[in-house]
Amino acid sequence: MSLATGTGAALAVPAQRVRPADPDALWRWAALSPALLLMLGLGLLPVLNLVALGFFDVHWAEGQSELRFVGTAHYAALAKDPLFGSAILNTVVFAIGAVAGQMGLGFALALLCSKATRGRTFWRAVFILPVLLPGIVIGAMWKLMMNPDFGAIAQLLDLFGLPPVDWLGNARLALFSVVLVDIWHWTPFCFLLFLAGLEALPRDVYEAAKVDGASTWQELRYVTLPLMWPTIAVTFVFRLVLAFKVFDEVYLLTGGGPGTATEVVSFTIYLRFFTQDRAGYGAAMSVAVIFLIFLMLAAAAATRRRVQPA
Amino acid sequence: MSTLRWEAGLQLALMLLSLFVVLPFLWVFAASFRSQINLLMGEFWFEPTLTAYREVLFSRTSTFVANAWNSLVVGLASTALSLLAATLGAWSLYRMPWPRWWVHLLLLWSLVLQMIPPVTLAGGWYVMARAVGLDNTHLGLILAHATLNLPMALWMMGVYVRDVPQELVEAARLDGASNGVLLWRIVLPLVAPGLAAAGVLCFVFSWNEFAAALNLTMRDTATVPVSIAKFAQEFEIRYVEMAAAASLSALPALLLLLVAQRWIVKGLTLGAVK
Repeated sequence: MSLATGTGAALAVPAQRVRPADPDALWRWAALSPALLLMLGLGLLPVLNLVALGFFDVHWAEGQSELRFVGTAHYAALAKDPLFGSAILNTVVFAIGAVAGQMGLGFALALLCSKATRGRTFWRAVFILPVLLPGIVIGAMWKLMMNPDFGAIAQLLDLFGLPPVDWLGNARLALFSVVLVDIWHWTPFCFLLFLAGLEALPRDVYEAAKVDGASTWQELRYVTLPLMWPTIAVTFVFRLVLAFKVFDEVYLLTGGGPGTATEVVSFTIYLRFFTQDRAGYGAAMSVAVIFLIFLMLAAAAATRRRVQPA
Repeated sequence: MSTLRWEAGLQLALMLLSLFVVLPFLWVFAASFRSQINLLMGEFWFEPTLTAYREVLFSRTSTFVANAWNSLVVGLASTALSLLAATLGAWSLYRMPWPRWWVHLLLLWSLVLQMIPPVTLAGGWYVMARAVGLDNTHLGLILAHATLNLPMALWMMGVYVRDVPQELVEAARLDGASNGVLLWRIVLPLVAPGLAAAGVLCFVFSWNEFAAALNLTMRDTATVPVSIAKFAQEFEIRYVEMAAAASLSALPALLLLLVAQRWIVKGLTLGAVK
């Protein structure tokens, strides 16, 4: 009943956005308030908090925090910090590699599955399972699988007489291995979106293509891909955003190592803020990352405007 | 005949590809029934033992059961909070006379929130939670997870709320339905599929969430992912227990996939295809 008592009255207002008479602004605000409180109080406030902290040195002592104003020193240090630069580079390499692999494999799998006339629901259930698992569990599974001494991959290689590979301990291989694990984790998500997109395509276009004698390849190239373009774009953006936030798998698989070979941005921030007692510097780093995200959003909005002026 | 053969080949291909998904699970599941020595020796055959499960579930030093309970509490409460805020918020934003710029501004902010790495927010939350004594509490993590899931829930509920026919709303008003009755009797049943889809996903994402949970909780309030990460953190990695805990914590996802696949698929694909 608590749903119905106060906020429900807001329903009375018609859908048209701007109506001169606005009888119950109170209900409008009441219905919005839980979401607004969360988005501002727990969304905006922590960000502002980080902005403020970025100008201080923070030390935790006896449950109290001691602040010492340092001005823009953290930002000056950040600009010269090679680890921050390499963390961003690692994140970009990770995101591009993982998302490209997931989109390609996901699309192929979705095409295959969409051609099946039987058991599509069953196969979909099997293939999407990894998406629903905690990143930490995925990390734990592949830490076991990729172990060079007893992991399943080493055993498999051994069957073919091949030497084991130290997937996570080799600095030149570790980031690639984390990308592989992420591809295993998230290909199903791309597969699911592509399959839904393929199933929603109009049948008559394919019949027309068949009448015109289009080959399978031509059908894919000139019918399926153009029609799927919006779904592909949405999936790409969605995955890219998630890939830039990667933390869990890296934490469990490599802990950023060996050395700093797999240190992605989220992990570097975590280290500075939470484990190295440099919360002020970590906060400045967070602010810089959030600023970069704003830039990316603005760039995306600008390109979109340029691409579709009509 | 040829279509039949084509279909058979297709099914065979799908079966082979599904091995890529299924085999890692089976191998890790099998590893959870090994002894640590058997696993480290890399032997293929083993005599199944429940040692790892006994250690994870019943040993005095293990907190796994308490962690699972924490995950359940945080998952259910944060899901309820996300759904409440998202449904009312979507109804207000999409069906009420707000100025356009205000609606756009809030939706844009929800997008930014979705893009910000949770680790950065966790830093801000940690400072705030310590200031008001909410660190190391269920409530702190519930609020954090509700905030993390709100953008997605808001967009999903927005799709359903926009589909509620205006004629229906007006007809109910003409019949003298109060606003509460309107929301409860007319709107809620119509957006129920959205609530189911968003609810399942909010719960799964809360159950899986690691970055905020790691930094806002301590031993007695930690959730399952934090607990699993502990097995990998110790000086000597406890592999079989890690496998057992991972197997156990995959259970909710398996269960939900069995009973709620429809809603999961609907939730994950919503917006992408529309």
